[in-house]
Amino acid sequence: MSTKPYDRDRSKTKRLEMPVQESALRIMNFDEVALGYTTEMAVKEAGRCLQCKEPQCVTGCPVGVLIPQFIKALGEGDMTRAVGIMKSRNNLPAICGRVCPQEIQCEARCVLGKKAEPVAIGRLERFVGDFELLSRTHPLEQKKDTGMKVAVVGSGPAGLTCAVDLAKEGHMVVIFESLHTAGGVLVYGIPEFRLPKAIVNSEINYAVESLGIAIRTDHVIGRTYTLDELLSEHDSVFLGTGAGLPSFMDIPGINLNGVMSANEFLARVNLMKGYLFPDYDTPVKTGKKVAVVGAGNVAMDAARSCLRLQKGRSGRDSGNKVHIIYRRSRDEVPARREELLHAEEEGIIFDFLTNPVGILGDSGSNVTGLRCIRMKLGEPDNSGRRKPVPLKGSEFDIAADTVIMALGTSPNPLVFFDSKGLNRNLNGTVMADHETGRTTKTRVWAGGDIVTGAATVISAMGAGKRAAADIHKFLTLDNRWD
Amino acid sequence: MYRIIEKQSLSDITKLMVIHAPHVVRNAKAGQFVIVRINEYGERIPLTIADFDPISGNITLIFQEVGKSTKHLGSLNAGDEVATFAGPLGHASEIDYYGTVICIGGGVGIAPIFPIARALKQAGNIVISIIGARSQSFLFWEEKMRSVSDELIVCTDDGSYGRKGLVIEPLKELLEARASGINRIWAIGPGIMMKSVSMTTRPYNANTIVSLNTIMIDGTGMCGGCRVLLDEGASFVCVDGPEFDGHKVNWDMLLSRMQFYRPEERLALEHWEHKCNLEASIDERGK
Repeated sequence: MSTKPYDRDRSKTKRLEMPVQESALRIMNFDEVALGYTTEMAVKEAGRCLQCKEPQCVTGCPVGVLIPQFIKALGEGDMTRAVGIMKSRNNLPAICGRVCPQEIQCEARCVLGKKAEPVAIGRLERFVGDFELLSRTHPLEQKKDTGMKVAVVGSGPAGLTCAVDLAKEGHMVVIFESLHTAGGVLVYGIPEFRLPKAIVNSEINYAVESLGIAIRTDHVIGRTYTLDELLSEHDSVFLGTGAGLPSFMDIPGINLNGVMSANEFLARVNLMKGYLFPDYDTPVKTGKKVAVVGAGNVAMDAARSCLRLQKGRSGRDSGNKVHIIYRRSRDEVPARREELLHAEEEGIIFDFLTNPVGILGDSGSNVTGLRCIRMKLGEPDNSGRRKPVPLKGSEFDIAADTVIMALGTSPNPLVFFDSKGLNRNLNGTVMADHETGRTTKTRVWAGGDIVTGAATVISAMGAGKRAAADIHKFLTLDNRWD
Repeated sequence: MYRIIEKQSLSDITKLMVIHAPHVVRNAKAGQFVIVRINEYGERIPLTIADFDPISGNITLIFQEVGKSTKHLGSLNAGDEVATFAGPLGHASEIDYYGTVICIGGGVGIAPIFPIARALKQAGNIVISIIGARSQSFLFWEEKMRSVSDELIVCTDDGSYGRKGLVIEPLKELLEARASGINRIWAIGPGIMMKSVSMTTRPYNANTIVSLNTIMIDGTGMCGGCRVLLDEGASFVCVDGPEFDGHKVNWDMLLSRMQFYRPEERLALEHWEHKCNLEASIDERGK
């Protein structure tokens, strides 16, 4: 059988749009916004891939998914082969397809993107992942028991990936999770409408069950067990506890009623299912005028969740407003592009080049608004982005009865309690080798946000993967730390 | 799932529960707390540890039924299970030899003050304890407290038992009589009681430790909902506390934050009671 002649026209065509819930409808519910490709659409989009001899897309993927190969199989309608290729590198494709910032990773390097739109790699990955969750043709395979025991702390993207890779190699893996359910940021942080919990649970259960990984929930390392206690009972320990500590601004009024961290707000909504209160016991309070400070993915998630809670409560057009307040301009917004576009479509009000200088309250300690100052962009700073500079005398007030701080997070120091020898940077992140994940403490590896500070799901998975490879080498080959 | 081994009613609204949770007991110390979630629908509630037994792996909790979650928990019985039991959380009390200490337990706060008084006694301190409640029916563990105290003063607001009046009255007398001889004070109870204890001891410069029980979700520093304003800035009750210097706490802010979810708490309770009534009447019809 000969391959079809190369069709020059197809590279000119645009990528296939993914069906989404219409914005007027979706702001009334918490159901998933993006609905995914149909089989027909996936095959058609896969046909756009040029099958480059030296594919650049793969170099943009932190876990090295064999992108052209899985797309080729998909284009030929061989779903099972596509799944096999995908799962040889990525244990959680249904999750990554939904939350990876593809536009700055694989898709940014797609050759098609130079002249036309890049192949929708993320949407195809999601399709393959969802197909596998339904068909379950590729349970993960496990090698013979090595007799080695590994403790993985944290069941978020880094920990899960590390645990699964090590269990595949035949090591006995136990995951310790402080919350009552596994998934880390995937369950407490990312909302249902962007990443349905059913997908997370089913992806985790599938991986964990097929490999016999034990998950001990309600185990707070640093308290229930110390790190040193874990080390005495396991051959190695991987720390993937993320960056769970919220940052608050050092401005007046931060302790007023109605001011909360995005972590608290999202944990109430996602982890505790507060959007189903009072059927679920945990309340979540959003007023009529909400101000979210920050413009990362977490800020978008919080703002869009607020909108849905308001609409669910009082229907449309009832004077409800959700603002996103960001000190730089639209071009610098750190959120995934799709989230920004969805937020704009849904009616979130963006106050760019604006920074809060104080939170206003009434005599009952309830928040009434934000005092802000206008900013302008100056010279680029260390991060390469233009530094926002306040414009003197431009202060103004924004009315708000709820203020949500989405200003980033740092690693939770609880895990280090009573343990020595683990060096950390000034910002609280753990010092670890980028390639191996080795920390300064013997037999302890770390990866994900605990090392990098708040970053992406896929970069945490990449770190978990690299650490798993090194732990495996350590346990089975040389047992050498130095 | 964690099994309830034993349940006692200490008063109409005060319940004692012994729960089997060996993973929490192994490192548990006086002053720490746990997070309990009843079932899939439940909220995560912080409860201070009243007692723990390393041999059986059991933890004793004492709580007052005030809202939906505590009423629901109180309706469970020995043999039932709860879905989440995480801990021990927070820092342990700083147990040391101080000399003479006063341990004050108000209402349900008598429960968590007990293991602290016990540990202080074991560390060689002279322990003077004051326990108080609205009336006699809300008092419990008098004998247990007596067994770890050199002196025990019991008060009730209505005078139905012991001394009539608030716990701060005997406290003030003790401070008047021997202010310099009191080396440390622990107070656990309702926010308003801990506030008035702190106000009472401040003029005497008597080192006063309070144990705060604020609204929280994870209990590990993640949500920040429990933050309390101290003289030096905001602090998290779950990881920096739960014990703080009572003279540094901004009490008005704290008490106001505790009230923030009152309307929702009422709604949750009504919703639950309605559901219970509905289920009861369906059961009735089924028979």
